[in-house]
Amino acid sequence: MADAHADLVHTEYTSTGLRSTKLAMWLFLASECLLFGGLITAYVLYRGQSTTGPYPQDVFDIGYTSVSSFVLLASSLTMVLSHNAALARDYARMRLWLLATAMLGLCFVGGQVFEFTSFFREGLTLHTNLFGSTFFVLTGFHGVHVTVGILMLLILVAFSFRGSLSDDPAFPVEMVGLYWHFVDIVWIVIFTVVYLIPAPPPHGAV
Amino acid sequence: MSSTDHRTEPDTAAPPAGASDQHVAYHPSAREYIRVGLLLIALTCIEVLLSYSSLSGTKLVVALFACTIIKFVLVVGYFMHLKFDNGRFSRVFALGAIGAFTLYAVVLLMFRVWSS
Repeated sequence: MADAHADLVHTEYTSTGLRSTKLAMWLFLASECLLFGGLITAYVLYRGQSTTGPYPQDVFDIGYTSVSSFVLLASSLTMVLSHNAALARDYARMRLWLLATAMLGLCFVGGQVFEFTSFFREGLTLHTNLFGSTFFVLTGFHGVHVTVGILMLLILVAFSFRGSLSDDPAFPVEMVGLYWHFVDIVWIVIFTVVYLIPAPPPHGAV
Repeated sequence: MSSTDHRTEPDTAAPPAGASDQHVAYHPSAREYIRVGLLLIALTCIEVLLSYSSLSGTKLVVALFACTIIKFVLVVGYFMHLKFDNGRFSRVFALGAIGAFTLYAVVLLMFRVWSS
């Protein structure tokens, strides 16, 4: 009975022959492109439209955010190494890389909280100006996604220790990995559009 | 850490009769992943250096976006395995990514973001 159930779980294919869970994950990620695309577009639309400060050039610290970006890129590498270990059925190493990914994710989120706090101290809040509204909504949504990813990673590690992962642990690791890498590519775009491309002069400035 | 290549059954390992894509998925070795990771870090360094450079205006934006697109493709292709996986997954993701890009590019054009 249990084997029959396991077979049912692991061989759920769509009529195209694709694994339905994986197809659903890719469809979800495709829909997330629209979500983050909308938020990035809102930020770009209102760039330089704020009538009061603080402005991006007053608060951004490119060096600090660059370190955060390196941390998130490193977490993508550890995530893919964990999938590689799962494929090789080296579950101890898989857990190690999963925990390393979660720790790097926590560093990123911690860095973001610190950044938000320092912006708040400089007078930038969600309600201060258009820059504050669009910036906090965009990066805040991204931060929430990273946090959800960390929870998924920790749940995966807990399930792995309990032995309640499926017969093929590489598959759930791959699914969580897809989500994690997506969060990384969203940050790759945010880092360029929000932080690296210089903001136009404040609205009304000569 | 195993640095050997892993060839595993694809996600179409037991597809229903008539399914067309039954290729064997290729998974890069840990060493290849580390190489891609280092490339991503190098590209990020280039981006940061560009932002501090004397480049400005369109040239800077084009250079930064070139780096961003390369990083995007590397992560999606290697880390998310789209380069080696069933082509239908690529098409599903491309539908969302290109659809979103087109939709929002039209919105930005409508609001004449680039002309301001």
